[in-house]
Amino acid sequence: MNLRLRALLTVIVASVLLIVIAVWGTLIPVEQMETRLELRNLPPSISHPFGTDWLGRDMLQRTLKGLSVSIQVGLAGAACSALIATVLGLAAATLGKAADRLVSWLIDLFLSVPHLVTLILIAFVSGGGMRGVIIAVALTHWPNLARIVRAEAMQVMTADYVAISRRLGRSRRWIAWHHVFPHLWPQVLVGFLLLFPHAILHEAAISFLGLGLSPHEPAVGIILSESMRYLSTGMWWLAVFPGLCLLIIVRMFDRLGEQLRLLTDPRHARL
Amino acid sequence: MYGLRRTGAFFVRKAARLVTLLIAVSILSFSLVSLSPIDPVQAYIGADLMRVGAEQRENIAAYWGLDAPPPERYLRWASAVVRGDLGTSMIYREPVAKVIQEQFFHSLLLMLAAWLMSGVIGFLAGSLAAMKKDSWFDRFIVWYCYTLAATPAFWLGLVLMVVFSVWLGWFPVGMGVPAGVLAEQVTWLDKLEHLVLPAITLSIVGIAPIALHTRQKLIEVLSSDYVLFARARGETPLSIYRRHGLRNIAFPALTLQFASFSELFGGTVLVEHVFSYPGLGEAMVEAGLRGDVPLLLGIVLFSTVFVFIGNAIADFIYRVIDPRLREAQAS
Repeated sequence: MNLRLRALLTVIVASVLLIVIAVWGTLIPVEQMETRLELRNLPPSISHPFGTDWLGRDMLQRTLKGLSVSIQVGLAGAACSALIATVLGLAAATLGKAADRLVSWLIDLFLSVPHLVTLILIAFVSGGGMRGVIIAVALTHWPNLARIVRAEAMQVMTADYVAISRRLGRSRRWIAWHHVFPHLWPQVLVGFLLLFPHAILHEAAISFLGLGLSPHEPAVGIILSESMRYLSTGMWWLAVFPGLCLLIIVRMFDRLGEQLRLLTDPRHARL
Repeated sequence: MYGLRRTGAFFVRKAARLVTLLIAVSILSFSLVSLSPIDPVQAYIGADLMRVGAEQRENIAAYWGLDAPPPERYLRWASAVVRGDLGTSMIYREPVAKVIQEQFFHSLLLMLAAWLMSGVIGFLAGSLAAMKKDSWFDRFIVWYCYTLAATPAFWLGLVLMVVFSVWLGWFPVGMGVPAGVLAEQVTWLDKLEHLVLPAITLSIVGIAPIALHTRQKLIEVLSSDYVLFARARGETPLSIYRRHGLRNIAFPALTLQFASFSELFGGTVLVEHVFSYPGLGEAMVEAGLRGDVPLLLGIVLFSTVFVFIGNAIADFIYRVIDPRLREAQAS
């Protein structure tokens, strides 16, 4: 089995697993999340691998549901962020000096305030909730990808066919859309996947702080935040397993993005 | 003096940059906050909602200067900020500048401890991994760094708290000082005891970037021609590391460490929340949760300055102190 095949297999397995978790979580019926007070505070066992919480809810079910919510929010946030990055990066490279300076200034501005501070500010302004978190994540994660897209687009702009196209009287916007944009697809896709780990971690962090999703949307951040009150009584399973699952999911997306980058990178594609 | 003049020019340029940056950040964050659906008067009144009439509301609004249109409010706020008056915190009922100063001192201890620990351990781990490239130790370090990059910092804090505070009982569960003790009687030892776990959590997360970076740089150096020549001369690995490796990787590592103030600040916010450590991060979360706009804006500006200073120092090391670049610019 060569490296290329292995990378391809990793990509397929990871994406299938992530999709299954995301869909499975949304399909979990509400009855199973019902409180069963006779099964309160049980440590992990065979019938409840992740234990149960202070209301007798099965932690495995809650974790799955939470992961699914987190993945959805993370995907939405990362997708919006990638969109912003693509538009701004493309504009900077193709629409002339003034646009380039404006975008570079915006990038520097967003990188000069700590991510989490910007997140808290935006989440506060938008009043929290699902929409607020997605907006906050989308508005804070684009600068790095925008830089990459800009650099890539700049390179395409130096090609001969772009110069010819310009001589033929094509407008800058036409060139950006028809010549440059098609080249950026792989970068944007990989960039989006590599954005995702940051997006989901920041989503969990902001929910954990109480400024993100509301307690009715059972994301992993909420589960961990609620578990804090019960940790000192020794109920470790409330925090350890959901967080570990989040870690595995994030790592999986990381791997997915890395392998996809290797697959689309022409220098590696020869392998 | 050539070097002195250049250093002076460097600081003047940085100061001008900081001023424009602060103006931009303040305008942006102020307009964001004035778009917020949260009514600051409501947030201020809180639980007394039923007992406050419309007239009193107007009085409160006038007292905080909330009855003017946003641009006018911004100008009033900004000119006060220039004079050093950041307004009054609604939660603490104290000047924002004073609150930030006090809370930042607590956070500073935590950040400094974590920053030093992660820097030293990360640098050593990265160096060792590069020296023993492809060994099990190297693989372990790389695996550790990538896994850590995917770990939620606050979850790590929770796990450490369960293990060391709840199970082993080595450290107290949360709070910056012991409960039920007067502020004057809190000793340095108490403070230190409450500092250990948060600082360890922060530094475990902070090790990853510095270790990976150091490893990468050192591998580059070790595969260079001059190291090959040194090896041919019969130098031992240790002397190669000391004479060729260390000199080349120390400055980049230091630069990276100073440029990471942004992540450090973010991590501190989360870790302080986990351990209920009373610092600037916890104050910011409180301000966000309870709608304390002056404090929130103050901390946004403060964190901008904080990150800027880190980046400026990194830049300074890179441009002015690093001998290679210094000579390249002089010639």
